[in-house]
Amino acid sequence: MAEMRASDRFSINSQLEHLQSKHVGTGHADMTKHEWAVNQHRDSYACYIGRPSMLHYFAVAEGESYGRVRFECMQRMIQPCGPPPVQKE
Amino acid sequence: MHLYALTLQRATAITAAIHGNFSAPKVQEIVVARGKLLELLRPDDAGKLQSVHVHEVFGIVRSIQPFRLLGGNRDYIVVGSDSGKITVLEFRADAGAFVRVHCETFGKSGCRRIVPGEFLAVDPRGRAVMIGACEKQKLVYTLNRDSSANLTISSPLEAHKAHTLCFALVGVDVGFENPIFAALEVDYDEVEEASAPADAAAGLVYTKLLTHYEFDLGLNTVTRKWSDPVDPTANLLVALPGGDDGPGGVLVCSESFVTFRAPGHPERRCLLPRRRDMPADHGLLVVSHALHRQKDLFFVLLHTELGDVLKVSVAHTGAVVSEVVVRYFDTLPTSVALVILRTGFLFAASEAGNHTFYQFQGVGDDDELPAASSTQLEGVALDGEVEAVLIEPRALRNLVLVDEVDNFAPLTELRAADVTREGSVQLCALCGRGPRSTVRVLRHGLAVAELAVSELPGTPTAVWTVRTSAAAEYDSFIVVSFVNATLVLSIGETVEEVTDSGLLGSVATLSVQLLDGDSLCQVHAGGLRHVRAGRPISEWRAPAGKPVTRASANARQVLVALSGGELIYFELDALNNLVVHDKKELGQDASCVDLAAVPAGRQRARFAAVGTWDNYVRLIALDPDDCMQVVAMKALPAPVESAALLDSAHAGLGASTLVLAIGLSNGVLMRTSLDAQSGELNADTTTIFCGARAVGLSRVQLGGRAALLALSSRPWAAYAHNGRLSLAPLSYDALDAACSFRSEQCAEGIVAVAGSTLRIFSPERLGEVFHARTLQARYTPRRMAVHPSSGLLVVVESDHHAYGEALKARVYAEAGVNAAALLPSDAEPPPEPDDADDARVEPPLAEAVVGVPRAPDGRWASCVRVLDCASGAAVCVLELPDNEAAFCVAAVPFKDMGGEHAIVVGSVRDLALHPRSLTAGYLRVYRLVGTAGAAGSASLELLHETPTEDVPYALAPFHGRLLAGVGRTLRLYELGKKRLLRRCEARNLPVLVQSVHVLSAERVVVGDLAHSFHWLRYRPDENSLATFADGTTPRWLTAACALDVGTVAGADKFGNVLVSRLGEDAEAETVDVGSAADGYLGGAPVKAEEIVQYHVGELVVSLQKQRLSAASHECVLFATNMGGIGALLPVRSRDDIDFLKHLEMHMRQEAPPLCGRDHMFFRSAFFPVKDVTDGDLCEQFASLPMTAQRSIAHELDRTPSEVLKKLDDLRNSVL
Repeated sequence: MAEMRASDRFSINSQLEHLQSKHVGTGHADMTKHEWAVNQHRDSYACYIGRPSMLHYFAVAEGESYGRVRFECMQRMIQPCGPPPVQKE
Repeated sequence: MHLYALTLQRATAITAAIHGNFSAPKVQEIVVARGKLLELLRPDDAGKLQSVHVHEVFGIVRSIQPFRLLGGNRDYIVVGSDSGKITVLEFRADAGAFVRVHCETFGKSGCRRIVPGEFLAVDPRGRAVMIGACEKQKLVYTLNRDSSANLTISSPLEAHKAHTLCFALVGVDVGFENPIFAALEVDYDEVEEASAPADAAAGLVYTKLLTHYEFDLGLNTVTRKWSDPVDPTANLLVALPGGDDGPGGVLVCSESFVTFRAPGHPERRCLLPRRRDMPADHGLLVVSHALHRQKDLFFVLLHTELGDVLKVSVAHTGAVVSEVVVRYFDTLPTSVALVILRTGFLFAASEAGNHTFYQFQGVGDDDELPAASSTQLEGVALDGEVEAVLIEPRALRNLVLVDEVDNFAPLTELRAADVTREGSVQLCALCGRGPRSTVRVLRHGLAVAELAVSELPGTPTAVWTVRTSAAAEYDSFIVVSFVNATLVLSIGETVEEVTDSGLLGSVATLSVQLLDGDSLCQVHAGGLRHVRAGRPISEWRAPAGKPVTRASANARQVLVALSGGELIYFELDALNNLVVHDKKELGQDASCVDLAAVPAGRQRARFAAVGTWDNYVRLIALDPDDCMQVVAMKALPAPVESAALLDSAHAGLGASTLVLAIGLSNGVLMRTSLDAQSGELNADTTTIFCGARAVGLSRVQLGGRAALLALSSRPWAAYAHNGRLSLAPLSYDALDAACSFRSEQCAEGIVAVAGSTLRIFSPERLGEVFHARTLQARYTPRRMAVHPSSGLLVVVESDHHAYGEALKARVYAEAGVNAAALLPSDAEPPPEPDDADDARVEPPLAEAVVGVPRAPDGRWASCVRVLDCASGAAVCVLELPDNEAAFCVAAVPFKDMGGEHAIVVGSVRDLALHPRSLTAGYLRVYRLVGTAGAAGSASLELLHETPTEDVPYALAPFHGRLLAGVGRTLRLYELGKKRLLRRCEARNLPVLVQSVHVLSAERVVVGDLAHSFHWLRYRPDENSLATFADGTTPRWLTAACALDVGTVAGADKFGNVLVSRLGEDAEAETVDVGSAADGYLGGAPVKAEEIVQYHVGELVVSLQKQRLSAASHECVLFATNMGGIGALLPVRSRDDIDFLKHLEMHMRQEAPPLCGRDHMFFRSAFFPVKDVTDGDLCEQFASLPMTAQRSIAHELDRTPSEVLKKLDDLRNSVL
C-alpha cells in the first residue's frame, strides 16, 4: 500500500489535471474568486437553459419572449461576471 | 406524513415540436415535448388536432428530432433529455405507445453544462446524429440497419472542444457526401485570457463562429472542417435542402439579420423587415423556424419574437445562391416551435396562450408588400446603415386558423374558490403573458357543445334514436316517449314528426331498437311490436293484468319484465322472426333490465342484468344451455334504479371483460367488472357519488366507442380513454334521459330530454379533466384575491416592457398605426360574421395575436381588474398611472371597517429588476362599492394610499389588521383614516418577503424569496414580531400554503415541493428567550424540519390546501407554470402507505422511464425524495402488459383489478 501511495504522489498532479480538463469547473488551489464565480454562473445558466419551466418563469418576470430569455442566458455564459480583474504582478 | 402525488391535468406548454410519419407511412403527425411529457398529435379529417398518445418520461425532454433511415418510410424520434443518455424511440401503432429502440449512456444525468442533451441535430439523409451540450461536448452516433432491418446505433465519436459554448446545432444537407453538422460556437478561453477591461469597453470581446464538423464515414472520425466568424448576436441555424434539391448551406439568424452561409461561398446577408412601432435600437430576434420542401420548391418561415412570420426564399442555381429574399408572411402569436405539415397545415406551439393550428391558403408570393433582399446589402459594410423594410401586422392572409389546443402556460396562480356563486368550488387560473393573458375558470368535467334545444309538447320520459337499416351511417328517427304517447321524429335537414314509421304512437314506449334484418322493435306496456319492411307487423301481447314494466333490447335479443316479476326473453330466429325463447319467474318486480350489446361475430349477448326492488342485481345467462340461469348476484345498499352492461372490447378497453354499472336511487354509481365467460363478478367495485338524484344509465357512443352516461343531478360520462375507463361529469344541465345521436351535421352527439325540452349536444375534447371558461385580461395577471361577500375576483395585472393605455395610444400615433383597427387584448373577440356580406368588413386585429409595442427597460404597465366570473364580465378595471406595477392583492377584513373586506393592492413605481430599485412603493386600500350579480355595477373606491420604501410583495389579513411584506420587512398595519398605520414590524429578513401566511393568533410564517421559511411570533402584549425559527436549506420559494399551526408546504424555483414542520415544543423552547434571542450566525434559534421532499419537474407557482368537491378528501392542490395541475393527497392508513410504496418500487423496476432517467433520481433531482409516492408512475400500472400486472399484483398479494381499483379510488378521492 505504501508503495502505491508513493507512486501516486508522483502522478497526482497529472491526475488532477486530467480531472480538471474532464470535469469543467473543478476547482484548484490557485483559483481566484472571479474564476470561481464565473464557473458557478456558467453552471447556473446551463441549468436554466436545460429547464424550460425555469425559462418560462424568467420570461414572465421580465416580460420578454421565451426565445429571447433563452438566448440571453446563453449569451451571458460567455462572460457571466464581466471581464476578469486585472492581474496584479 | 405521507403524500400521494397525482397529476390532475398534465402540463400544456410545448417546448419542442417535430413532424414526421411516426405511426405509419404517409401519416402526417406531430410529436411535441411538454417538459417531461412526450405527446403524439394527429390532425383528423376535419383539421382538428387529436392527441393520440401522451407519455410521461420522468425526466426533462430537452430536444427532439425526427430521424428517418435512408429508404425508410417511417420516422424514429431521437430524444435528448436530462438522463445523460441518447434515446431513440418509435411509435408503435399496434401498441399505441412510444417504444424505446435504443438508449445509450454517455454521461452524468441532470441538466449540466457539459453533458450533451441540449442540442440535437440529425443528418438529413438519415445517417448520423450529433448531440451537443451547452459547453464543450458533442457526440456523433451513426445510425444504421442490421441484416434484419433493425435500427442499430454505433458507439459515439467525440467532437469535443474545451472552452467552447454552443448556441445552435444543425445537420447540413450535403447530399450523400460525408455528413456535416454546423454549430454556432463561442470560444470563451480567449475572452478570459486576452481581455483587459479596456478591451471590453472598446466593444465585443468574443467572436461567434459558424463551425462545420465533418463526420468522415470512411475513417470513422469527426473533424472540425471549417470555421468562420458570424454576427455576434447569431442565435439560430436553419439548414437548407442540399444535394439535388437546393443549395445546401445554412441560414444564420441573428438580431435583425438573416445570412446565408456556406464554405467557399460569399455570404448573402438580408435585413429582416421590422415593425413600424419597434424601437430602432432593439434587435429583432428570430425565435423559431420551419422549413417546407416539396419537389421543386422550398422556403423557410422564420418567426420573430414579436410574432411576425417572415418567409425566406433563396434564389439559387445549383449550390450558388444569388439572392436571399425575406417577405412578411403573416402574424401569429409568438411561438416556441413551428411545424409545417406536408398536407398544408402549420402548427405553432405558442409560448403563451393556446397553441394554434392553421391551414395554408397561399404561400405569400403575390404579396404587394415590399420584400427585403440580400442585394440591398451587397457592398455595404457590416456596420453600414441600411433602411429596413417596414411592415405592419395585418389580418391573416396566407393562413387560416382551423384549430386551437388549450394552453394554460405560463400559469402564474391557481386558486380554488366559488367565484361563480354556484355552491361548489371552481379553479381560477391566471394564465398567459402580456396581451395573451387570460383568466380561466376551470371546472371538473367535459365541456359540451350544445347544438339544438327544442320545446316538446309535454314532459317526455325517455328518448331513443334508431336507424332504419344496419348499414345506414346516420340515425333516422328520434323516438320520444311521454307518459301516454310516443312521438317519432325524423332526422334530416330539419327534425319533423312522422307517422308512417310503423311505431305505435298512442302508448308510452319502453324500448325501441333496430334488430337484425333491418326491422324495428318497439316495447310498450301492452306488449311488443316488430315492424318489418315489406312484411306485416307482428305483435306479441302481454298477458292480461301483467303489463310490461321494463324492457331492454339489442340487435338480436329482447328481454322484457312483466309486472309481477316475470321475465320473458325473445330472440331472433334464423328467419329473423322474434320468438319467445324462454321465461323466468323472479318472484319480485324488476326495477331495471339490461342486455349487453351482441359481441362481434356472435349470435347473442351472453348476459343480461336484472335489478329488483329488494336491492339486488342478478346476472342472468342467455346461452341456450343455461338460459335464464342466475350466474351472479350482487347485493346493494340502496334500491337499484338502473343497470348497464358494457362490453370492454366495444368500449375500447382491450381485454374481454364486461363492466357492470349500477345506478342507485341515492345518487351513487357502482361499477364492477365481471368475467365475460363465467359471469363471475370481480371484487373491484368502485363507487362514485354522482349527485342528489337517482342515477339513470344510458348507452351512448363517445370517441367512436361504446360509453355510458350516468344521469343524476348532474350528467356524468363513463368512457374509455388511454385504455382506462374514466368517469367525468359533463358541464351541462341535469338530464332525464339520453341516447346517442349521429347525423350528417353531428358525427357524434347525444340527444337528451331535460324537463320539457329536447336537447342535442356533443361532448368536446374527451380525456380532459378540466374544462375552462376563458376571460380576457390586458397584462400578465400576477395575483388574485376573492372578495368573499360578493364572490368577485380581483386580479392585479402588470407587464414589464409594456406601455400603459395612454402611452400606447401615443406610440401607435407616432408610428402611424391605426389603433382604431385593433382589438384590445382584454376585449371579447367579436362574433364570427354570419353571412358573406359581413365578411367584407375587415375584422379588427386582435392585440392578443399581433402583440403590443415593446417598451424599453424599466417601463411598466399595470391594472387592477374586478371580474364577475358568473357572468364573465370585467366589472371594473383600474389602470395604474405613472409607470406603476401592481404585484400583490388581498381581501382584508379590517377591524375598523366593521369586518367588511377591503381590497389592498401593493404596487411599485419605476421598478428596475436587476438590481432591484424603485422610486416608491404603495399600499392602496380600496373598498368595493355597488352590488355584484347580473346587474354588475360594482366598482373600486380608493380609500387611501400608503407609501412604502420597498416592494410590497406579500399581503395577508391578520385579525382585523394587515400583514404586509415590504422588501425585507414584515410589517403590521392598521387601517387609519388617511393612511395605513404601522403597528409593528420585523426587519432584516434575508432577501424579500415572498409570502405571508398566518398560522394562529400568534404565529406567522414568512416565505423568503431565497432563504426558505421564517417563523415569526407576534406578542400582543409587547406588540412585537420576531423570528423564532427558520429552515436549514436556502430555498428560492415560489409558493407556499399553511397546512396546520406548525406545518407549511412550499415550492421552490427548481421544481421542488416541500413540507416544513416545527417540532411540537418549538415554541416552548423559545418562549423564555427574549425576542432578540439569536441562534447561530444570525439564524433563528429553532430549525424547522423538512418532512416531505418531492421534485415535480416543473416550477410550482401555486399551492393551496383544498377540498375539490363535497365528496372528496382534502389535499394540497398545486399548479405549475407549464400549465399542469396536481394534488398531493395525504395517505392516512399504514396499509395504504405500505401498498403504495411497494407498488412504486415494483413500477420502477417493471416500467423504467422511457428516456432512461432513473425515476428515483428524477424525483430526487435536488433533494432526496421523502415520504411521497409518485401517483403518475403508479398509474402507469394500467398500461403494463397483463403478465407484468399479474406479477406485480401477486407480489402485493392482490389481483390486478384490485390494484387498479385502489388507484382509481385514490384519484376519485381528489376530484
